[in-house]
Amino acid sequence: MKSLKTFSKGGIHPGDCKELTNKEAVKNAAIKSTLIVPMSQHIGAPSECLVNPGDEVKEGMLIGKAAGFISANIHSPAPGVVKEVTDIFLASGAKSKAVVIEPSGEFDQLGKIVTPIDWTGMSIKELQDKILESGIVGLGGAAFPSNVKFTIPSDAKIESLVINGVECEPYLTADHRLMLEKTEEIFKGLEILSKILSPEKIYIGIEANKPDAIEKMEKLALEKGTGIEIVPLKLKYPQGDEKQLLKAVIDKEVPSGKLPLHIGAVVTNVGTVFAIYEAIVFGKPLIERIVTVSGKGIKKPSNLKVRIGTKVGDLIEDCGGLTDDAVSIVMGGPMMGFSMVSLDTPVTKGTSGILALTQKEICKGKETACLMCGRCVKACPIGLMPTRLYKKIAYRMYEEAMRMNLMDCKECGCCGYVCPANVPLVQGFRLGKKMANKQKVKS
Amino acid sequence: MSSDNKFTIATSPHIHHKDTTSRIMLDVIIALIPAGIWSIYVFGMRSFVVIGVSIIAAVLCEYIMIRVMKRGSICDLSAVLTGILIGYNLPTDVPLYVAVAASAFAILLIKWAFGGLGANIMNPALAGRCFVLFSWTGAMTTWKAPSTNIAIDTLGGASPLGYLKTSLADLSESVSGPIAILADYPKSESSIAMSEWVSSSFGPAIDPHYFDLFFGHVSGSLGEVSAFLLLIGAAYLFARRVITWEIPMSYVVSFGILIWIFDGLRFGNGFFTGDVAFHVLSGGLILGAFFMATDMVTSPLTPKGQIIFGIGCGFLTFLIRVYGSLPEGVSLAIIIMNLFVALLDRATAPKIFGFVPKEGVKKK
Repeated sequence: MKSLKTFSKGGIHPGDCKELTNKEAVKNAAIKSTLIVPMSQHIGAPSECLVNPGDEVKEGMLIGKAAGFISANIHSPAPGVVKEVTDIFLASGAKSKAVVIEPSGEFDQLGKIVTPIDWTGMSIKELQDKILESGIVGLGGAAFPSNVKFTIPSDAKIESLVINGVECEPYLTADHRLMLEKTEEIFKGLEILSKILSPEKIYIGIEANKPDAIEKMEKLALEKGTGIEIVPLKLKYPQGDEKQLLKAVIDKEVPSGKLPLHIGAVVTNVGTVFAIYEAIVFGKPLIERIVTVSGKGIKKPSNLKVRIGTKVGDLIEDCGGLTDDAVSIVMGGPMMGFSMVSLDTPVTKGTSGILALTQKEICKGKETACLMCGRCVKACPIGLMPTRLYKKIAYRMYEEAMRMNLMDCKECGCCGYVCPANVPLVQGFRLGKKMANKQKVKS
Repeated sequence: MSSDNKFTIATSPHIHHKDTTSRIMLDVIIALIPAGIWSIYVFGMRSFVVIGVSIIAAVLCEYIMIRVMKRGSICDLSAVLTGILIGYNLPTDVPLYVAVAASAFAILLIKWAFGGLGANIMNPALAGRCFVLFSWTGAMTTWKAPSTNIAIDTLGGASPLGYLKTSLADLSESVSGPIAILADYPKSESSIAMSEWVSSSFGPAIDPHYFDLFFGHVSGSLGEVSAFLLLIGAAYLFARRVITWEIPMSYVVSFGILIWIFDGLRFGNGFFTGDVAFHVLSGGLILGAFFMATDMVTSPLTPKGQIIFGIGCGFLTFLIRVYGSLPEGVSLAIIIMNLFVALLDRATAPKIFGFVPKEGVKKK
């Protein structure tokens, strides 16, 4: 067997725990009595709220308008009545304005047959506008507005478009199921993207723990003869980070502090490609996504198609509820997700998973002094020396920390995962970044 | 907002590798057990007493410091490990107060004066050993002959390396190497039998002394004599990924190469005639390279730094053993290299992903 590609520096191999849900076909989640739709679900400015309490909304109606260049439209996930517009806490702990909708009335799209739109006649500008209109953001987790990503400066040339089907976070299988169940649609979405970006070459990077998805995608790519290359990747976290993925697939390093565009590359998630397909071909705004509900603390782990705004507690109920030994509820993956205070927190566009973890899965030991074992140094995909960096921050030497490239840390969690002394490294780096910004320390 | 206070709130990552500090210490302790049992077998129950006293003294000192400094925990097992390593580095018949002094020096002065676990700049066990070596040199260089040797009375009491060093001082004519000098050194019956068996069934004649050195039928510090059992322990540590190959490999290989090139000169022979097997198997090299130089706290963080560190240890061990007045140089070599660790960490810091040279520096 030929050796698989991967990125070279650092990385870890946590148990992937995907067997809990990777055979579970995507099911529709029930639409519950209340949907809470935050106005800040993406990177950038919060959307401007267009509705007031008492207003009637339709499925897919615009309720939040993109405010500024980096922002995204937000649509009503269901028909109903706006109960209130209030402030809520997101999973990250940030405050956001949110529209609370009580579903009622008839669904315009759900269960209806919609005739596909022939997009081949549309211009690039029209396609980009449609993406902006539909409120598409990156569905890999960061939720970066897609129209911004796909608006390429006129002098830039896209050499490679890399589609991210890595899903390197343990437990998550949403992208895996999507690639298996919506293979055709993803390829159609790629045709649209290909028109917008006109890349020289398209790659789809998939980690080797999804052999069925790799096989199916490869078969279809061959049938279509589109020249799209499926790149099976060796299992390693954080391969789904766009910089690590580019290193693995096209063996190029994005310079520190620069975007992939700098090396003529665009990376986007398979989920986003599918959302773009639905938006362009069926005129469907982004009002639902696939969420993996998993972990040993969930009675029936599943992959669910969920309306944005559904409460986490409702989803967990859909999956049989929590087991008695569930101790922590995480939104997102276990490596970079957020643990939640309340089960009333809503699913947003960037929510790829809901995990209920048991103490055994968390496996956090007692914190001791750092042993200088160097495991964090070997694990860091960026080439930082986490233990030394952490000490600088602990002694409030932010300037020194900045000189040791603190800002290059993307909080992937590799160092924190491997640390035998259980030093809260990632937490320290977050604090360090905040403090350095506050004190306006220059690197 | 409803309060579901029963959930644990933590920052990412939410999952962790199962290794912990105490587990790592426990693994090293487990890996050292076979060599300890061997020392009791060949040197008698007195070995057990020496190791036990070292451990008790180390743990007691650690406990006092934990109470005084109000941090740390006995449960991390680091003091137990230091105690064991000190015991393994002492001769069997050493007075017990020497063991206590070594442990106290290691824990109080080397470990806690610098800030406790993780903060010491030298390996505490080796620093403790060196302290007592220079304070009670007589007691520290009086060895007991292993009970498995025949003709114990003739030369018992000298370690192979010590015997070599004294004999070389009044060497008048050239000899083939260390084994020739050790011709009268006691051997064990099992090694003689094994040597005969190897030569009759495979051909090559291997001197029984090599088997003695390999299996541990020689005089020496408690835990260092049996290279075989130490290597079994090291294999366990490799399997558990507690140690990596960088330090032991670069240490042993660099030391072996230097011995091969230069050691023949001492015996009146030319370059490239050194006896590598003899030197690698004798003294504390295996114990040092696999268990002491690999101490996480006092070795470099980066693989590159670890290789340089290992080569440095190999070079210094070679210098002290071959050209120094001491018969053995492992402990000194390692604690000298310990002092370079901070420097090596700084010099071998990895390159940042997507590193951009500062302005003014031309890109290749």
